[in-house]
Amino acid sequence: MKKRQYAFYPGCSSQKGASASNFATSIEVMCEKLGIQLNEIPDWNCCGASIGYGEGGLLPRLVINARNLALAEQHLPGQDMVSGCPACWLSTRETAEKLHESSDLLAGANEALKEAGLNFKGTVRARHIVEVLVEDVGFADMKAQVVKPLEGMKIAGYVGCQTNRPFGIAGESFENPQYLDKMIETVGAEPASGYEQKVTCCGGALAFSEPDKSQKQIRDIVESAYDHGAEMIVTPCQLCQANVEIYQSEINKKQGTKLAMPVVYYSQLMTVAYGGSLKQAGLNGHIIQPEKLKQIASRQK
Amino acid sequence: MADEIQMKTAAYICSGCGLGDKLDIAQLGKIAQKEGKMALVREHAFLCNSAGVQMIRDDIEKEGVTHVCIAACSRRAKTEAFHFPTVAMTRANLREGVIWVVAEGSDHDEVRQEMADDYVRMGCAELKKMKLPQGNPNTTRLKSILVVGGGMSGLTAAFEAAESGYEVVIVEKQARLGGWANKLWKRVPFKAPYADPQDTGVAGLAARVSSHPRIRVHLNSTVAETSGAPGRFTVKVAQESGAVTEEAVGAIVQATGFTTYDIAKLPELGGGQANVVDQAGLEALAQTANGGVLKRADGKEVKSVVFLQCAGQRDESGKHLAYCSGHCCATSIKQAMYFKDANPDTDTVVMYTDLRVPGMGEDFYRSAQRKGVIFTKGKASGVEAVGSSCKVNFKDLILDEDTSLDADLVVLATGQVPSAGVDLDAWNKVVSEAEGGSEAAKQNKSELQKTSILNLTYRQGPDMPQFKYGFADSHFICFPYETRRTGIYAAGPVRRPMDMLQATEDATGAALKAIQAVENASLGRAAHPRSGDLSFPIVRLEGCTQCKRCTVECPFGAIDEDERRFPVFNEQRCRRCGTCMGACPVRVISFENYSVDTVGNQLKAVEIPDEFSEKPRVLILACENDAYPALDMAGLSRTVYSAFVRIIPVRCLGSVNTIWITDALNSGYDGVMMMGCKKGDDYQCHFVKGSELASYRMSKIGDTLTGMGLEPERVSSYEVAITDNERVAKFINDYVAQLVEMGPSPMKGFG
Amino acid sequence: MSDSNKQAIAHYRNNFLKEVEDHVEDGEWVRMCMQCGVCAGSCPFGPHWEHSPQKIFMMIRAGKREEVLSSDSMWMCTSCYNCIVRCPRKLPITHIMHGLAHYAHRLGIAPKGQPTREIARLFWVNLARTGRVNELKFSLAMYFKDGFVQGIKNALAMQGIGIGLMKARRLNPMELLGGHKCKDKDGIHKMIAKAREIEERKQKFV
Repeated sequence: MKKRQYAFYPGCSSQKGASASNFATSIEVMCEKLGIQLNEIPDWNCCGASIGYGEGGLLPRLVINARNLALAEQHLPGQDMVSGCPACWLSTRETAEKLHESSDLLAGANEALKEAGLNFKGTVRARHIVEVLVEDVGFADMKAQVVKPLEGMKIAGYVGCQTNRPFGIAGESFENPQYLDKMIETVGAEPASGYEQKVTCCGGALAFSEPDKSQKQIRDIVESAYDHGAEMIVTPCQLCQANVEIYQSEINKKQGTKLAMPVVYYSQLMTVAYGGSLKQAGLNGHIIQPEKLKQIASRQK
Repeated sequence: MADEIQMKTAAYICSGCGLGDKLDIAQLGKIAQKEGKMALVREHAFLCNSAGVQMIRDDIEKEGVTHVCIAACSRRAKTEAFHFPTVAMTRANLREGVIWVVAEGSDHDEVRQEMADDYVRMGCAELKKMKLPQGNPNTTRLKSILVVGGGMSGLTAAFEAAESGYEVVIVEKQARLGGWANKLWKRVPFKAPYADPQDTGVAGLAARVSSHPRIRVHLNSTVAETSGAPGRFTVKVAQESGAVTEEAVGAIVQATGFTTYDIAKLPELGGGQANVVDQAGLEALAQTANGGVLKRADGKEVKSVVFLQCAGQRDESGKHLAYCSGHCCATSIKQAMYFKDANPDTDTVVMYTDLRVPGMGEDFYRSAQRKGVIFTKGKASGVEAVGSSCKVNFKDLILDEDTSLDADLVVLATGQVPSAGVDLDAWNKVVSEAEGGSEAAKQNKSELQKTSILNLTYRQGPDMPQFKYGFADSHFICFPYETRRTGIYAAGPVRRPMDMLQATEDATGAALKAIQAVENASLGRAAHPRSGDLSFPIVRLEGCTQCKRCTVECPFGAIDEDERRFPVFNEQRCRRCGTCMGACPVRVISFENYSVDTVGNQLKAVEIPDEFSEKPRVLILACENDAYPALDMAGLSRTVYSAFVRIIPVRCLGSVNTIWITDALNSGYDGVMMMGCKKGDDYQCHFVKGSELASYRMSKIGDTLTGMGLEPERVSSYEVAITDNERVAKFINDYVAQLVEMGPSPMKGFG
Repeated sequence: MSDSNKQAIAHYRNNFLKEVEDHVEDGEWVRMCMQCGVCAGSCPFGPHWEHSPQKIFMMIRAGKREEVLSSDSMWMCTSCYNCIVRCPRKLPITHIMHGLAHYAHRLGIAPKGQPTREIARLFWVNLARTGRVNELKFSLAMYFKDGFVQGIKNALAMQGIGIGLMKARRLNPMELLGGHKCKDKDGIHKMIAKAREIEERKQKFV
């Protein structure tokens, strides 16, 4: 089968030994099974994330993203640029759109890019891997690869913010997007219906600077998953995954709760459902162990 | 007379739509024949099909049938099939009124059949008291239209009527056409992209009107006297010079516009200060500036301006106008643009509590924001003159703080006050005092009369009745342009506060209504809501006691009095509601097809079971405008209600004569339900005052009931809207249950 | 008071709205707010904002320069973009808040020691050094932003999490010794410097 080719922008958190390194691991089997070829953009740099605005300012922020776009344009011509991290996607897409809309900004960006020997023509489309799955692959083909349906699992689909806003997945509502629930169904599990914290903010980067305020958000997100009978949370966002998983022990310590809700990526569900191993699914990368998923992954068919 | 000699009755009983399955049709035929005394009785399996209709037509043509009772569906159904304009007709409602509302099952066969039997009896009984309406003999051919007021509304009404082929006469007080629009520099845009003020276009419209072959214009003129009725109004037009000319017209559009609320009444907001103007004052400054920078009266260029919205409007203190005039937010936005377009550096603030920009006004609002107009959500508490500028003290409603702004000029967005003429509530009091001989009241009356616009010679006063604040009274949902003076239509801000675009739409509507009025009058037919009705009130003057109730209570001022205080009916002004008939204590007023007898005969035709039968009987008098349709709708939706009720439609509760109530109770009915439209300030009555008058009359019936030894609950009233199909069934069932609880009427058996 | 702040005040005198329109990212949108308050009601950290976005827009129009720029409020933005998608007037509220925070930061009048302001600065410094974020160094820098002793305390408080992440191979102690970086580090430095220079040029108070 001819594979779909994409210029891949992994982002800092997906590097080896970084906070979302298990995400990076888990997409390999998924992409392989679905005929997706991710070609890493050479020498890509950080997108500035959502917190970069404070020091960065507009043009520097646009320029660092324009560099990645320009590299993709130069080295992987004709390929959509795909990112697995919502912050990377959002920053890149916003940059592509702003430079498209303003010739003034584009000129400024290119003047700066010249310092790094680059030029951006504006031909690259910035996309999220979920867009590739939903729009290019489709739910039917995603389902066709399932060999180990995750039967009997009830999972809360936590979309979070930046995969959903301001751009979101085309055709989905900002208030109640459906695609993640559909993906949960596609792999044979049951989505926790009525999970009202689906698009609640986890605090984002302010989990570091405003821990108490953010942990209140996280507690709501986790408790609501319990309330709706979920045994696990699944998310498309690296920062959501990290914040919601990591801080449960802090919340328990400070507030006397007993939160222990595993938080995984959709790609981990898919890898397990597609027959991937525990290791291939990056399931050894969790602080709160997704035991049931691990059991399924370890099971022979 | 000839009518009665030749009267030949026929009843047609339909067995279609399931009637034949649920009812004993043969028995109904027997009742029509034996009890109803119908000369001809026929059954048909599908009466409204072409064969059925042809059968009736043949009887009318070949058998000389003059009176037809159709026992089938509701009078509101199949009106096109059952259209026999040459005969008198009644409809016994067996479908919507019986088989669709009586509970299913053989347990109910008996009561269902009894109900149908009674409706056939009632239809036959009514028929025998009916005549075929002959139409008003006093028809007239006057089809020209008078437009009072030559502003945007008046010009539009005149132009539209003239373009439709009608002669038009305009009376304008000022020396030139254009009215309020002449004072405007620009108007709020009414075309895409709704971004900038637009030319008013009034000069062009005035020119088209002036040169129109079917329009004549009286400038510097007012209406000195209006007499007559639709199709035959005589209007005396007085010129400033004193010369009076007479115009004969068929209908009148009153488009007398508005004045601004007087800013002198707003001293707390700076009313009276040199650098505080109202929106009219700002237009004058803009006209002077002629597109350049705006200057104050003292010649200083305006570098900063604050618009205060809702000045003296939406007032809760009771001191100023309580209502929103609707146009002022958009008007201030437009005026703010005058400044920004002439000099973008002008500090321009619009201070509002709620910005109300209906229609496409939202786009206009955004355009102003793009131009840099600042919108501040705040409430001004006072405007002080400080040096040569103004200080606006206000509470910032977003930041929740008391603060102030300095401005070269302050513009107060005051409201519209209708130019409506005499307040008839005040008038009536003054007139009765004057008639009682009070010299002060006589003086007062002539002072009041000076404000009159139309100077009607009507018994009920010189202008049309108004709501509080002076806007023309109209049924705002169904008949917005109809005033309470038939053939006189209100258009523009005299009807309700509005902007120029709405006023032009309003004027077009009013012109169409005026055309309809002259056409109806020429055919001797009623205007709305009984549009096309040929019946009209006939009074038997020899029985009249000159009590004046009819002349006072007519909601439309249709009845004048002659010098001996006898009523003089002006049929063309009449809406055929029958309020006069309901009012008349000696019952001398009737219509050919609707009278004290047509209803009285029906209610007496019902068989009243004895007190041991456990079958109470309840008479329902249901207004044909909303209550009767709601009852039909109950049938259509198969909402079950008690089979103990017998329903008679009435034109309006105002037409209910108390004799019907006492007759019903004397006949042994256990209770009477009156169902009509909502009354009060937000009335829904299609004849404006009918349900209110009925309620007033019923409030007095308690003594009569007590005198008869009856509980007051035996008569009850309900407000029913056309959508109340479920509610109306509940009313019926609850009331029947209440009567069962009370036990049978003690009058049973004495009837 | 910084020089740029003095210049800004001198140049715009009382017209803070104009200043925002000229110097703040998407600042030209401020005038289009219709004061409905949906942004204020949509913010996850809403209760923690001293002045909601709605109020900040009103304050800008009312010329409350000092109060706005020295406010802690904009730094409460979690970048969730809820306000943007809900705004009936389509104002890019998140961007305006970021822009205001950045402008205040650049003028040197943003609140000192504001934790989000501080981590935002550290994050940028971290990424600009090698082109990529070094999560370990970034974390340590955050812990030590309030001094050495506080830093040790912070690090100890979070050590459970750190060890957990290390066990899960999601935090690599070896990152302290170099770690991930872009090859064209120098090109990136020059590029960012140039972008700053262009922006400064455009932002001059003339």
